[in-house]
Amino acid sequence: MSTPALEIKDLQAWYGESHVLHGVDLVVQPGEVVTLLGRNGAGRTTTLRAILGLTGVRKGSIKVNGKQIIGMATHRIAHHGIGYCPEERGIFASLSCEENLLLPPALTGAGKGMSMTDIYAMFPNLAERRHSQGTRLSGGEQQMLALARILRTGARLLLLDEISEGLAPVIVQALARMIRMLKNQGYTVVMVEQNFRFAAPLADRFYVMENGRVVEAFGSAELDGKMPVLNELLGV
Amino acid sequence: MDLFNLPNPPLSALLSQLLLGLVNGSFYAILSLGLAVIFGLLNVINFAHGAMFMVGAVLTWMGLAYFNAGYWAMLVLAPAIVGLFGMLTERLLLRWIYKLDHLYGLLLTLGFTLLVEGAFRSVYGVSGLTYDTPDALSGATDLGFMFLPNYRAWVVVVSLGICFVTWFLIERTRLGAYLRAGTENPRLVEAFGVNVPLMITLTYGFGVALAAFAGVLAAPVIQVSPLMGQNLIIVVFAIVVIGGMGSIMGAILTGLALGVIEGLTKVVYPEASSTVVFVVMVIVLLIRPAGLFGTQK
Amino acid sequence: MNPMKQITPIAYRLLLVVLIAAPFLGAYPVFVMKLMCFALFASAFNLLLGYTGLLSFGHAAFLGGSAYVAGHAMKVWGLTPELGLLAGTLAGALLGWIFGLLAIRRQGIYFAMITLALAQMLFFIALRAPFTGGEDGLQGVPRGKLFGVIDLRNDLAMYYVLLVIVLAAFLLIARTIRSPFGQVLKGIKENEPRALSLGYDVARYKLLAFVISAALSGLAGSLKTLVLGFATLSDVHWSASGQVILMTLVGGLGTLSGPLVGASVVVVIENKIGEVGQLLAGLTGIEWPHSLGESVTMVMGALFVICVLAFRRGIMGEVIDFAQKRRQGRWGVSQNGSNQPAIRSGGVR
Repeated sequence: MSTPALEIKDLQAWYGESHVLHGVDLVVQPGEVVTLLGRNGAGRTTTLRAILGLTGVRKGSIKVNGKQIIGMATHRIAHHGIGYCPEERGIFASLSCEENLLLPPALTGAGKGMSMTDIYAMFPNLAERRHSQGTRLSGGEQQMLALARILRTGARLLLLDEISEGLAPVIVQALARMIRMLKNQGYTVVMVEQNFRFAAPLADRFYVMENGRVVEAFGSAELDGKMPVLNELLGV
Repeated sequence: MDLFNLPNPPLSALLSQLLLGLVNGSFYAILSLGLAVIFGLLNVINFAHGAMFMVGAVLTWMGLAYFNAGYWAMLVLAPAIVGLFGMLTERLLLRWIYKLDHLYGLLLTLGFTLLVEGAFRSVYGVSGLTYDTPDALSGATDLGFMFLPNYRAWVVVVSLGICFVTWFLIERTRLGAYLRAGTENPRLVEAFGVNVPLMITLTYGFGVALAAFAGVLAAPVIQVSPLMGQNLIIVVFAIVVIGGMGSIMGAILTGLALGVIEGLTKVVYPEASSTVVFVVMVIVLLIRPAGLFGTQK
Repeated sequence: MNPMKQITPIAYRLLLVVLIAAPFLGAYPVFVMKLMCFALFASAFNLLLGYTGLLSFGHAAFLGGSAYVAGHAMKVWGLTPELGLLAGTLAGALLGWIFGLLAIRRQGIYFAMITLALAQMLFFIALRAPFTGGEDGLQGVPRGKLFGVIDLRNDLAMYYVLLVIVLAAFLLIARTIRSPFGQVLKGIKENEPRALSLGYDVARYKLLAFVISAALSGLAGSLKTLVLGFATLSDVHWSASGQVILMTLVGGLGTLSGPLVGASVVVVIENKIGEVGQLLAGLTGIEWPHSLGESVTMVMGALFVICVLAFRRGIMGEVIDFAQKRRQGRWGVSQNGSNQPAIRSGGVR
């Protein structure tokens, strides 16, 4: 078996004195699309943030492409090929759309990212609005921007937090197409998603989290069989 | 120097004070600019900014007195030394207080100020040290309606230049984009792989280097003394309250404008000149609490 | 859990006994009186910073402004001491009200800068105004006769009168902190948005706290003028504002006894350094130690740096925390964790 793109073992994390993750285990193979499901407060967003070192104290093991990153400073972690779309999108108001796009630096040691030409081809809206102030873009455009800017860096492991949240169905469909396209190009994607209908067709595997732990793990083939369990855990 | 042929002597006095006001305004602009930049990224009000201004001026004097290093050399050296010193201070001391209430930043930098000023005071006392205008810039140019003191014109031009360059760097370049983004959401910028801690150190160093640069410019016009930064920093605080710290251009414009207002007050109503900036602050607080250019932070 | 950080009443009674006996124990009454004035100043300041969470950088305005008013009232208008003190205290309250109205419009760091700027404005006014005597200061303020009866020129009489007044003021502060009003202030310090959402008119509470703090600072300044017989520009200089912050910080923010300790420490250091410098200069004949008096600034600066970096709870803060930990033992978890900052920390950063 090849080295997993992401391997988390017994991850515990705190925000200050608050113990939020109680031992998370998950594995993501290169090229997989994996979805983290669970109710609000289950610890899904925290898991992504913990990978990037954005929480308080962390214990356990986080390996990206086989390299242990749990002790690393945040600004070094991304250079292991990680791209992050935060839940709040994180578009900077004091930057124009294009400046937002160009902000994340090319990751050292990673391959080449998408060129600006390719990005503008994939996201024509952003080309149109390139000089607008970042926060003047619509919700959907901002989400596209958040996704586009990490594709430019050469990241191959994408951590996406609730990208479909609050967007019109048309845009959500466009996002789904993009995720599928990225998957075909070999990107590894870890998605935190509340929108089950969005995530289900895209994911190869599912993890379900509750109270800071992974409580269920299964592949897409087993999805139908797992629906009753999911109904209970998520109220889907 | 009574060579004016004007029927209206007060006009030349007015223009002369206006120029002096612009000179002071330039210092205010440079200092509030540095203060705003540091506050934006570090969330620390650098009380030591006035002291750094003073150190720049004193180093200029020391350069000539001890090392025969002239004005032009010190224009580069003094900011470099102060910038380096600032970066060391940030690395070793400031970084411990970022997670605290930002009032501690004010108190810590107040401590720095007292240390630095006390040190210089114990060596040089409180009386001023004179520093002569460099030869190339001395004298005045006859403009017809007034004699323009060369050095003061130089100060205004260079200050505006440096302010513009700084504004351009921050608002129009890639490097500035990092700073602006880091000011908004430093953790996210770090998550993208940008070495934000280093950026913070460099920014602090740059901010205080700017203050020292202003100090070098000031050496020939303001009497060099260990106390020269004290009263200045408080005026700069008032300016920053007036302008708000949200925008670079706002800080620059407010500084210049208030320097001019102060200068004009000296002609019209001299007794109020030391308090006019504070009076303006009171007025702005009553009309526009968030400051003229401010975003509530 | 004991929400009030305080030392036991016995300690206070002991302190009172010591203070009553002090003149007979060899202490210079004037020095101790000066100490008590600053202790009151620091306690008044602590009401605002330690309990309401507002950092004012302009308290010198209240100390010095009232000093001038009280001095003028007693010297020029010939008011008796109790009226002079009253005038000074009211002046402090009035200044506090004006400053407060302006400063409370902005939050946090802007609040501090505004108070500093306003106090500086007052400094310049004091510098120019004829009645203050400018650089020379207001000299020759008479001790007078309290209520027209007690001759305060007697240092002992002055001492005990001042002790009574300062004690009363301190008790007032203690009372205020324990009252429902004081509880609201603490609530505002800990979580202002929450206090707002609970329906409290936060601005009014802050203003009231500010006025009380300013009034009592004014009382301290007026007392100082009465004792020393003069009021000078150094009372309105921003360094006095810095000094009182240091006193409170060193002693322990948000503790009742902290300012007393802090004021004592700072005043003693200030006086000692000068003496040490003189001694050194006399012994060695070198010029430099003479200006060791200037080192007061450096020592203050060093104290600030040390306190902010490593000693934020201050002397009494550490003492009380230590005592509490011993009482609770290992199984008592203090509610806010052992690293509670003395000033509320703003958000996760």
